[in-house]
Amino acid sequence: MALLQISEPGQSTAPHQHRLAAGIDLGTTNSLIATVRSGIAETLPDLDKQHLLPSIVHYSHTAPPIVGYVAKKRANQDPLNTIASVKRFMGRGIADIKTTGSRLPYHFIEQAQGMPLIHTVAGDKSPVQVSADILSVLKQRAEMALQGDLIGVVITVPAYFDDAQRQATKDAATIAGLKVLRLLNEPTAAAVAYGLDKEARGIYAIYDLGGGTFDISILRLQRGVFEVMATAGDSALGGDDIDQAIAQWLMQQANIADDATHHHIRELLDIARTAKETLTTEAEITLKIPLDTGNCVNITLTTNQLNELIDPLIQKTLLACRRALRDARITPEQINEVVMVGGSTRMPRVREKIGEFFHCQPHVDIDPDKVVAIGAAIQADILVGNKPDDDLLLLDVIPLSLGIETMGGLVEKIIQRNTTIPVSKAQDFTTFKDGQTAMAVHVLQGERELVTHCRSLARFELRGIPPMVAGAARIRVTFQVDADGLLGVSAQEEISGVHSEITVKPSYGLSDNQIEQMLKDSLSHAHEDVAIRTLREQQVEADRVINALRAALKTDGKVLLKQHEFVAISEALDGLLQVKGGQDAQAIKQAIEELDKVTQEFAARRMDASIRRAMKGQKVENFMENN
Amino acid sequence: MALSMTKTAATHIQKSLTQRGKGVGLRLGVKTNGCSGMAYLLEFADKIEEEDQVFESQGIKIIVDPKSLIYIDGTELDFVREGLNEGFQFNNPNIKNQCGCGESFNV
Repeated sequence: MALLQISEPGQSTAPHQHRLAAGIDLGTTNSLIATVRSGIAETLPDLDKQHLLPSIVHYSHTAPPIVGYVAKKRANQDPLNTIASVKRFMGRGIADIKTTGSRLPYHFIEQAQGMPLIHTVAGDKSPVQVSADILSVLKQRAEMALQGDLIGVVITVPAYFDDAQRQATKDAATIAGLKVLRLLNEPTAAAVAYGLDKEARGIYAIYDLGGGTFDISILRLQRGVFEVMATAGDSALGGDDIDQAIAQWLMQQANIADDATHHHIRELLDIARTAKETLTTEAEITLKIPLDTGNCVNITLTTNQLNELIDPLIQKTLLACRRALRDARITPEQINEVVMVGGSTRMPRVREKIGEFFHCQPHVDIDPDKVVAIGAAIQADILVGNKPDDDLLLLDVIPLSLGIETMGGLVEKIIQRNTTIPVSKAQDFTTFKDGQTAMAVHVLQGERELVTHCRSLARFELRGIPPMVAGAARIRVTFQVDADGLLGVSAQEEISGVHSEITVKPSYGLSDNQIEQMLKDSLSHAHEDVAIRTLREQQVEADRVINALRAALKTDGKVLLKQHEFVAISEALDGLLQVKGGQDAQAIKQAIEELDKVTQEFAARRMDASIRRAMKGQKVENFMENN
Repeated sequence: MALSMTKTAATHIQKSLTQRGKGVGLRLGVKTNGCSGMAYLLEFADKIEEEDQVFESQGIKIIVDPKSLIYIDGTELDFVREGLNEGFQFNNPNIKNQCGCGESFNV
């Protein structure tokens, strides 16, 4: 029996038509899936009430892959068939992987192209397939909890992920049978979870200290768009290192030799983790440390001692923070808010040091393990249309429309403002004059109708168009904006295939105020712009008609027209020429219609004449054959 | 005429309303579609229309339009968990039959 959720006013769906969406944090160490139910974004637990799913997959030749905690347990017994931290290999060649760690943890099989495969007993697996196996488990969990198929998901990726890594993530989702509504940067998701996107503008630092990786991202929000100003981090620094540091200290205190057994060290690391977790709320803890002799010794760890142990690690993260700030060319004081992500940010010492560094109280209210998935879920909920339109987040959108100049100094918008990126849109244009062999493509940004009121971004030319009558060429202009906001414009003549293109960075050099001003202008000049557009359109149409008519008169006028007909057409043509330069769009339109009326007979005769020419000397059978 | 809700339902609705940061209460209603005639509607309410009837149960305002009320009068709203799934359920004394999914019904 289906259970109902509370919808936003007016957004109720018909039975069985629920727009189910989820956000997925596909992490290096752990993954989570979250959704919005009755207005609350929350992560979904499995049947054992575990929210985190360790990103570990165990392959065997007898059973389907096992993912999560069970797989984690197999890691010790069957390390080569238990794939962990696969995110590090996504979209990476073998050479990249070798540079990330001194030794390869699995048996990699090099490929001529792309990602290497990982050899397991269940066959050779690409990192994409391993990720897909993790995603499948999350998908299943969500569909059980929501009692229906997911329409789409938002998956988070690190801000520094390049195109290959993003594409690999998308491919993994496709294999898992998930439709990706969007990939969202992890720091952006965290900011969304705290509702920071609702602010007018701001600069935010997202401090993400996970189990094995550290990332700091500086985001700038303006007009609802998050821009990544800088990222820095350490791909081998996290909670595990903190456990190591504590375990090392315990070994010193208990006089345990460095060459202790693997099992013994494992035990000490577990004790270290417990101690770390307990000391987030307690001032000290007494630990029972097992010795190799089989006896135990009690050691007390105080908060002060712990702080001393972890301060060097925190210092390392602050170094990265400094680097990020320098790259973003800002000072710590310019950061408006700090968001904490990752389990290790639960430690009071981390919060304290980060607060000191950025001179503000970091956001810690949302579980730092879940915050990224929650932000992704909020975003997914909006993208599938469960929120009224005015609530729509303007994340990663084009701030101003993009288009090209057309005849008459008008701007034809190809991508409308607020379109989410990445996006690709194409429109067909044609030549204006007979025999035109080149076309200038002028790329513009802005909301106004006239070229002079918009911002010029780039110009390029398409040459080598085969000479044809006006309007016969088909020139496809494609605008493509990638996830980084990079605009590529290409023009191609479809018959000859001649091609030309250019790359521009559209938002470059435009300040927030400038964008705002451009938008305001487009609204305050709306009526004026519409009028001027109508006028220009009529003028362009008049020019086209005049050009075509003149060409026709030159070739066929003498032969096909009687004197009085020629005069009538000339008079109508003069009439159009007179009003064309004026400001009255309606008058131009009438003159065009007038001219059209008097030339209809002429057009019909030309058509007949050209058909006669084409059929002359041909037999009917020839046409039959051709058809 | 009355509508009510269980304590569990109220706790959840209160949490949702707080999280949402706005809203005067909960709108219950019926829509004339669905596989068995009518479908329940469950939405946050941002305003109360003139013709609406308002009931209060467990401290939460339940808002319903008079036409819908005919079909759901006496209903108790409950919040239930079934395995991983959780959500609201209408315990409606008026229904003669409902589709297997419980999302639509007939009176």
